[in-house]
Amino acid sequence: MNRRQAYEAAERRRALSIAAVSTLAVLAAIVLLVPLAPGWPAVRASFFDPAVFAQTFPTLLQAFLIDVMIFAWSVPLILVLGLAIALARGARRPAFFPLRIFGAVYVDVFRGVPVVLTIYLIGFGVPGLGLSRPWNSPYIWGTVALVLTYSAYVAEVLRSGIESVHASQRNAAICLGLNERDTMRYVILPQAIRRVVPANMNMLVALQKDVALLSFIGPVEILRQAGIFKSLLANFTPYVAAAVIFLIVTVPATRYADYLLNRDRDARS
Amino acid sequence: MPEAKLSLRGVEKSFGANQVLRGIDMEVAEGEMICLIGASGSGKSTLLRCINQLEPIDEGCVLLDGQDISEPGLDLGPVRRRIGIVFQSYNLFPHMSALENVTLAPRRVLLEAPVALQARAAALFERFGLAEHMHKYPDQLSGGQQQRVAVIRALAMRPEIMLFDEITAALDPELVGEVLAVLRQLREEGMTMLLATHEMGFARDLADRVCFMDGGVIVEDGPPGQIFSAPQVARTQEFLASVLRQ
Repeated sequence: MNRRQAYEAAERRRALSIAAVSTLAVLAAIVLLVPLAPGWPAVRASFFDPAVFAQTFPTLLQAFLIDVMIFAWSVPLILVLGLAIALARGARRPAFFPLRIFGAVYVDVFRGVPVVLTIYLIGFGVPGLGLSRPWNSPYIWGTVALVLTYSAYVAEVLRSGIESVHASQRNAAICLGLNERDTMRYVILPQAIRRVVPANMNMLVALQKDVALLSFIGPVEILRQAGIFKSLLANFTPYVAAAVIFLIVTVPATRYADYLLNRDRDARS
Repeated sequence: MPEAKLSLRGVEKSFGANQVLRGIDMEVAEGEMICLIGASGSGKSTLLRCINQLEPIDEGCVLLDGQDISEPGLDLGPVRRRIGIVFQSYNLFPHMSALENVTLAPRRVLLEAPVALQARAAALFERFGLAEHMHKYPDQLSGGQQQRVAVIRALAMRPEIMLFDEITAALDPELVGEVLAVLRQLREEGMTMLLATHEMGFARDLADRVCFMDGGVIVEDGPPGQIFSAPQVARTQEFLASVLRQ
């Protein structure tokens, strides 16, 4: 070990021990102080009841499969619609001007309205037109609401990706005689999409959580199932169980997105 | 006198208030190699970009085989595939292998059949000594190799004229030679070429004609022997003196 390495190793050891001590101190404070709160026994009984947890967990897990299903069929729709909107917003020909306007308004509207509101308005409003089964299903219109909202976000991310591809790439393609369409399809888009994969991963993690909002319009997915258990057992532990199930999925997904982002940044620097 | 392959008549170009080209006249014969020399900002690059209509010109016209290709509103696809250009910064497509970079435009624009095209592209890589690098991606290639791939990519469109915009300026000195060798090879094959370059030795050895540009005009124009040995204009003398001293 040379002098510099010895110094850095010592620094690392010092940093590590400080971090360990401060983490332990905070943990000890939580473990020791929270139970001192006057309401703690009641909170523990209604939120952290191991028996209720064990009893409701399997059913909640099953209900979570509905969330996963809705998520799974929403994602391809969101990506396709998001791409279409991003391309519409970038359309240059005068004939496509209405498309551009539509794209801009679309993005403004669906990014500007809270997801819950969109779900309520579409989930209750459209079936209210008197549609017959199965076209009045909340699964359909809830999915539509999620797809509309998230494709607006994905479109914006994609558009920023398209704009981040350097103009010299477009010039090189045009100088080879490629037309606008082929330039976009073979040169610009493949690079843009690669760049926005991490950002879109984060978007999908958010979507996975927002699927639970569909519980407001009917489907008995995990959040609604937890609510049913809460009423049945007069205990909030099912909500904690539901949160745990979400974390099992979203934490690794978020970490993976972060990993992709970091790799991207390292590759560029 | 045979009609010129490419003619420029009174070409003017401004970027906002900054006039970069102030009336350029030039005739390029088939098979001729012309080097544009001059300080940075003298208009060499802009001139090349105006020839293939990457930049629309303000006044004057550019004639290719007698056809005015600078006419506003003209469909430029067919024009651009007849004029190849290679840039200082290579501009290879980073998400495609060298081979895919080369075959994209012939496949999509010339609609060549994949099998025959692969063979033709492979032959091009062979010809310029890059056969073993054909399947690599741009970031796996050296600057010199990337620039040679960029030349092959332009050649694959079977252009009638090639424009080179300071294609060795971004390269490490030891890589310049391999790129100049490619140009030498093209010269022997009789390609019509226009080069903006700072490689004075190269221009002196190979050019049919050298044009010295300054302030958006061609100040002096003649065979390399005359320009380099006995420049007539004071500004050319100053420029060459400052460049050749280094």
